[in-house]
Amino acid sequence: MSEEVDAGLVAEQIREHPEQIDQPDPTKHVGKPLRRKEDARLITGRTRWTDNINLPGLLHLAMVRSPMAHARITRVDVSPALERPGVLAAFSGADLADQLGVLPCAWPVTADMVHPDHHPLAVDEVRHVGEAVAVIVARDRYAAADAIESVEVDYEPLPAVVDMEAALSDEVLVHSDKGTNKAFLWPFDGGDYDAAKARADVVVKRRYVQQRLIPNAMEPRAVVVEPLTEGDEYTVYSATQIPHILRLMLALTTGMPEHKLRVIAPDVGGGFGSKLNVYAEEVIALVLARKLGRPVKWTESRSEGYQATIHGRDQIQDIEIAATRDGAILGLSVDLKADMGAYLQLVTPGIPILGAFMYNAIYKMDAYRFRCTGVFTTKTPTDAYRGAGRPEATYAIERIVTELAHELGMDPVELRRKNWIRHEEFPYTTVAGLTYDSGNYEAATARATELFGYDQLRREQAERRERQDPVQLGIGISTYTEMCGLAPSRVLGSLSYGAGGWEAASIRMLPTGKVEVVTGTTPHGQGHVTAWSQIAGDALGVPFEDVSVICGDTQSSPQGMDTYGSRSLVVGGVAVHLAAQRVVEKARKVAAHLLEAAEGDMEFDGGTFSVRGSPDAKTTIQEVALATFAAHNLPEGMEPTINAEAVLDPENFSYPHGTHLCAVEVDTETGRTRIRSYVAVDDVGNVVNPLIVEGQVHGGVAQGIAQALYEEAVYDPDGNLVTGTMVDYLVPAAPDLPDFTTDRTETPSTSNPLGVKGVGEAGTIASTPAVVGAVVDAIRHFGVTDVRMPCTPERVWRAIHEHDSDGGERGAQGTIAYGGQQTATTAGGAE
Amino acid sequence: MRIEVTVDGVRYSDEVEPRLLLVHYLRDRLGKVGTPIGCDTSNCGACTVLIDGASAKSCSVLAVQADGVEVTTIEGLATDGELHPVQRAFREQHALQCGYCTPGMIMASVDLLNANPSPTDEEIRHGLEGNLCRCTGYQNIVRAVRSVADGDPVAAETAAGAAGTAEVTA
Repeated sequence: MSEEVDAGLVAEQIREHPEQIDQPDPTKHVGKPLRRKEDARLITGRTRWTDNINLPGLLHLAMVRSPMAHARITRVDVSPALERPGVLAAFSGADLADQLGVLPCAWPVTADMVHPDHHPLAVDEVRHVGEAVAVIVARDRYAAADAIESVEVDYEPLPAVVDMEAALSDEVLVHSDKGTNKAFLWPFDGGDYDAAKARADVVVKRRYVQQRLIPNAMEPRAVVVEPLTEGDEYTVYSATQIPHILRLMLALTTGMPEHKLRVIAPDVGGGFGSKLNVYAEEVIALVLARKLGRPVKWTESRSEGYQATIHGRDQIQDIEIAATRDGAILGLSVDLKADMGAYLQLVTPGIPILGAFMYNAIYKMDAYRFRCTGVFTTKTPTDAYRGAGRPEATYAIERIVTELAHELGMDPVELRRKNWIRHEEFPYTTVAGLTYDSGNYEAATARATELFGYDQLRREQAERRERQDPVQLGIGISTYTEMCGLAPSRVLGSLSYGAGGWEAASIRMLPTGKVEVVTGTTPHGQGHVTAWSQIAGDALGVPFEDVSVICGDTQSSPQGMDTYGSRSLVVGGVAVHLAAQRVVEKARKVAAHLLEAAEGDMEFDGGTFSVRGSPDAKTTIQEVALATFAAHNLPEGMEPTINAEAVLDPENFSYPHGTHLCAVEVDTETGRTRIRSYVAVDDVGNVVNPLIVEGQVHGGVAQGIAQALYEEAVYDPDGNLVTGTMVDYLVPAAPDLPDFTTDRTETPSTSNPLGVKGVGEAGTIASTPAVVGAVVDAIRHFGVTDVRMPCTPERVWRAIHEHDSDGGERGAQGTIAYGGQQTATTAGGAE
Repeated sequence: MRIEVTVDGVRYSDEVEPRLLLVHYLRDRLGKVGTPIGCDTSNCGACTVLIDGASAKSCSVLAVQADGVEVTTIEGLATDGELHPVQRAFREQHALQCGYCTPGMIMASVDLLNANPSPTDEEIRHGLEGNLCRCTGYQNIVRAVRSVADGDPVAAETAAGAAGTAEVTA
C-alpha cells in the first residue's frame, strides 16, 4: 500500500541506483521517476491542441479590439466588413448584448465590493487596450483577420489611469457610474500590531513593487464550439485549465442549460493561471455557434493574448516589521494595493487575499496587520498567475527579513533560524490563523547551505568587497513556505469564494483487470496521467501500464474542480487514492466470498487477496474484477460492481517549504547580473514521481527568476501596452537561465493519507526574493537597499550610481523605457 | 501559385496564396497539426521544422518559398516506427511538460546536433535560444540534448531521411 512506501528511501535508492528506475515493480510505483505516459504523443506531434480541431463547415472568428485604453464608443459599423470576401457575419457589442450576458467574477471578497459589469463585447465604453468591440465571422482565419480593419469604430477618448495610486485619487474614474476606483478594502488583524510595534526596538519599513507580468503559456488560448445536430446542444473545446468550472459559468452567463453543454479541455499547452478563467471569447464563440448553427473557432495571436488574456501580479506592498534588538520578530504590518485592471475576471479580487495569509510565512510573531485595497485602472485585468498572491507575499517578507538582519547586524540565515517555527512545533497555528501541517526548516536550510557552500561564498564576497572588485558577489536567501491544495471548502466559504474546493475521482475496474481512473483534475503539463497511474497502481496492486486516466471532459469526467493552486495532487491525487481504497474494500468482500473466508481474515498486498493463515487461498484483484463482472457468485445482496468513487474535501491545506539560495555576480560597471549558482532544497512531503517534482521546481524557479530579472508588462501613461509583443517582453530563453541544483527533504504532510504536498507553484514562490535579494546583497555597500524588479542592467547600474554626481541626476529622471519610473525606490529605510 | 513540396516523405503539389505562411500550409492544408504556433513575431520557435535538413521557423517562411524543398516536421522525425534519439532523450530526461514547445525544440535540437555533434552545455543553451519553453526552465532540455551527444555521436545524423516517398496532388 502506498502509504507504507518510504518515499524518501525510494528516492535515495534511485539517486544511488539510477539504472533501476524503469524496472517494473507492480507493488511500488509511488516514489519512482517513471517516465511519463503523456510523452509518447507529445514528442511525435500526435497532439490535440484546440487549434488543431477542424470540423466540417468550421467558421473562424476574429476580434476587433480597442486601440484606446479608455473611450466612449459612439459608433460601430460592421457593414464594410460584410462586403469583404469570405466574411459571413460581423457583430458589434450592441448587436449581441442581450445574448452574451456579463462575464463572471466568482470571488466577491467583501460584501460591498464594487463589481462593474464586464461585457464580453464592449457596448458603450472601452476600458483597456485590447478590449473586444466587435467580432468577425469568416470562412478562414486569413479572411477573418483581413476584415478587422474594415470595421468602423468611432471612439471619444476618455482619460486613462494606469497608476494605482493616481487611480485612488478618483480624479479619473475607470467606471464612472461607480464613483470610485476602489474595488474593495479587505482587512485582517491577528493580534495587536500597534502594541507589538510599541514594544519593538527596531522597525523596518519598505515599499516593494510587484511589477505586472504576462503569463505566456506557450499555447495561445483557443476555443472551438460545435453545435450538435439536435441544435440545442454544444460541445465547447477550450484551451482551459477549468472545463468543469467553465461549463457551469457558460451556462450561468448565457442562460443556456448546463446539461446541454459539454466542455472539453483537450491537450492544453500550459496555463500558469492564465487559463483559469472564463473569457469573453469563450462566451462569444458559444453564442455565435448557437446563432449561426455552425461550428466556430477562435485562436488568439500571441500579441492579441498580451492584451486579452489576464496579467499577473501588479501590486504595491508597503510592509513594516517590528523586532527586538536581539532579533525576535514581534509583528508585521502590510498595506497592499492590488491592481485589478479594468474589470474583475473570475478570481481577480481573491488573488491578493490568497497572499494575505502568507506574509508571516515561517516566522513566529505576536501580531499581524493586513490591509488590501483593490484598485481599478485602465489596463488588462489581472488574475491568477503561478503562485497567485503567495509569490508576492513571500517576496515581501523574505526581502524585509533580510533587511531586518542588516539593520540588526545579524546574518540573515541566523535571523531566520531565530524566528522560524521549529520542526517539533508542528502542527503550528500561525498569527494569520492557518495551521501548518508539517515542516522541517532546519533540515532544508542545512542541506541548502551545504550544497551552496554558503560560508565559502560569504568569504569570497568579503574578499571581492575588500579588493573593490568590479564584479561583486551577492547572496540571496528565501526560506519560503506556501499554502497549497486549494482548498477546504469551509475556508473558501469563509472567504466568500463562490464554490468549494473538493475534488472527485472514480475508478472503474474493467473485466480484464485493467483500470480506468476518472479524475476531476485537468492537467496541462503536470503529468497527472502518469502520477495518478502510480497512485492507483499502488493502491490497487496493479501494473502502472494497466491504468489509464480520463480527464478534461465534462462528459467522461462529470465532476471536478480542475487544476490550479497546486491542488491536483493533494486533493485530486489523494481522491484517486481514496477511491482505490474503496475499490479494494468492495473487492475484499467478493474475494472473501469466493475464497469462502471471513472478510476480516482477508489480507491484501500487491494486488492479491489471501486468507490469513492459509497462504494458498488467494485471488487477485483482477480475478475479482472478472468475477464481479460475471456476477454469478457474489455475496448476498451485493451490487455487481467494485467500482468506486471518492469526493475529497480536504481538511486542511498542505504547506510545502524549502530553502532557496542564489549567488549572483553583478558587474558594477555595466549593471549586468549573472546568476552564478542556484540551490533549491524543497520539501514537498512524500513524492509520487521525483522526475515530475524536479521538473516542476525547475520551471517554477525559472518563472520566479524571470520576474526578478527579465519580465515586465509596461504601460505608457496613455494606457498603451508598450511591451505588446514577444519581441518587447522578455520571456527568458535557455541562455538566460542557469543550471539549478535541486534536492529535497521529505517531511510528510499530515493533511492527507499520502503525506503529499503540492509543488506546482513552489519554485516560483521561492525564487524571486532569492534572486533580487542576491542582487541587492551584491551592491548593498553602495547604499542600495532595493532594486525595482525586473533588475535590468540599467536599473542595477542606476541603483549603484544613484548617489554619484552624474548617475544620480539621470537616475532621478528615470527612463521612459521603463515606464518613467525611478530606478531604485525604497521608502523609509530603517527607522 | 503552384508549389511542389515534400513533407515528411510525401510529395504534394498545391495551389497556394502567395502570402500563405508555411506553418499554415502545413497545419490547415496538409493537416500536419503536430507543428504548433506559439507566437506571431517569430520569437518562440514552436513551429520549427527542418527544411532540407536545416531548422527553420515555419511561421517565417512563405509556403511559396518552400517550393521544391523537403520539409520534415515532428510527425516525420521517427523512421520506421523508431523514435529519433532526440525524441527518446526528451522523454528519458523529462525535457517536456505541456509539450507545446516540444516539436520545435526537438527539431531545433536535431539541427543543433547536426551542426555540432558534441556541444557544451553553453553551446546547447545558445543553440536553442530561438526556442522558448515556459515549463521546464530548460535544464532537462539541455540534459536531453547532451545525453544524445554523449551517448551516441551518430545519433544526430540527419533526421530528414524519411523512407518511401508517396505522391499526393491536390
